[in-house]
Amino acid sequence: MSLLVLLVLAPALPGVAAKTKAVLTGRRGAPVMQLYWDLFRLVRKGAVYSTTTTWMFRVAPVAGLVTPLLALGLLPLDGRRAPFGFTGDFVAFAALLALGRFTLVLAALDTGSSFEGMGASRDATFASLVEPALFLSFVVLALATGQLSLEGMLGGAQALPWGAAAPALTMVAVSLFFVLLTEASRVPVDDPATHLELTMIHEVTVLDYSGPDLALLLYGAALRMALFAALPVSVLASRAHLPVAAALGVLVAGLVTVAVAVGVVESSMARLRLSRVPQFLVAASVLASLGAILQLLT
Amino acid sequence: MERLADLLLLLVLLFGFLILGTTRLTTCIRAVAVQGGLLGLLPLVLHPQWSVHTLGLAAGTILVKAIVLPAFLIWAIRESAVRREVEPRVGYVASLVLGIFAVAVAGAVATRLPVPGEHPVLLVTTSLACVIMGLQVLATRAKALLQVVGYLMLENGIYVFGLTSLDRVPFLVEIGVLLDVFVGVFIMGIVVFHINREFDSLDSARLTELRD
Repeated sequence: MSLLVLLVLAPALPGVAAKTKAVLTGRRGAPVMQLYWDLFRLVRKGAVYSTTTTWMFRVAPVAGLVTPLLALGLLPLDGRRAPFGFTGDFVAFAALLALGRFTLVLAALDTGSSFEGMGASRDATFASLVEPALFLSFVVLALATGQLSLEGMLGGAQALPWGAAAPALTMVAVSLFFVLLTEASRVPVDDPATHLELTMIHEVTVLDYSGPDLALLLYGAALRMALFAALPVSVLASRAHLPVAAALGVLVAGLVTVAVAVGVVESSMARLRLSRVPQFLVAASVLASLGAILQLLT
Repeated sequence: MERLADLLLLLVLLFGFLILGTTRLTTCIRAVAVQGGLLGLLPLVLHPQWSVHTLGLAAGTILVKAIVLPAFLIWAIRESAVRREVEPRVGYVASLVLGIFAVAVAGAVATRLPVPGEHPVLLVTTSLACVIMGLQVLATRAKALLQVVGYLMLENGIYVFGLTSLDRVPFLVEIGVLLDVFVGVFIMGIVVFHINREFDSLDSARLTELRD
């Protein structure tokens, strides 16, 4: 049920971020629902495939949609139970998302375009640098709750022990927000609005897609953003004690807040120089590991 | 109160990481100023029965560490017109990773160290981590001004350690230390200023080539 709500709402999140950016820079901006119309338009079109591509190129959009979908199934979206959680599923969570990225990188290389190769290489580099931050955050959550499944860490019977662990959890939330900025290809790492292939990272890897395939990828990217936005929201706003509808409302409000925050970040800072991005990602890991040390000390 | 102290100590650590990770000289100085200000608030939080001793220490620390010294360092930057980048010998990413190791080591030591009296673990951790990070800045940043910043960080760490025995250390000793730091930084600032005027570079590695 909450999964369905999220699936319907996900394409609005990039729209909210874009709208925030437009308002803050004094423009009117595209409507929040723009991505829905884009998806609708793309689905009715046909797809064009380059003659140099192989089956890999066609697999990637499907993987790009299915992997975030499966990963969403591991999250306790209503604050209680995940549709299919199990012990240690946070590794599966990270692996699924890495798999989606891996197929997209392969597909980008498959096109044989040099720009796409460059984008793929950067995408892979940043993804591998952001993974420590994600895992260290999960370590802190596991230490704080004593649970090894995402369901137990983020929802479950007992709420997160705010109080003694508050500083560590705050750092985890900030670290997860940095992870979101990277994984959703937002500004300090990547610029979703850039028009120059040389500076694109995520955008260039999907450059050769058209029609329904592009729709799948866009929707998959929106799901990815919703997924990673749900992580800090779940850390900051424990929803286990609320009735289901209220928990869902809190989640949606949290997601919108995170999207607005992304928009604010995008309009308040420029993209980092490429050589500076690893520093940003290491900072995210440092925050998470500082949280882990604190959790071990107390 | 304990919570608030933890929060202050944590912010001190985070600003330490900011110094290790930033590329700008002025950000380093501002961060060390904020660190000094936070440390000035710390005795007020740790010892809620405010005596003249704690109040004087807090006021003195904030005045010297958060206002006078940073203003002086920023003046030195402006007057000597140095380049505003940090130009480290060890890269930013490596510095940050070393910093997290420093905190881990400090935490491991702090839980075993028999410090008399009752204090939050984070207090001793922060003090040791600040000392190690200060040494790291001293060792890895070539700019003379940043060595002053590293020295200040080191002193901040020692100050935090001093807070574990606030009621036993006489007021005069604390103020004396503060004065020493003040004079030290003042002299370093003047020296930096004059070195720069004579040799138009502040890279301390090149000081080894000096002859008469």
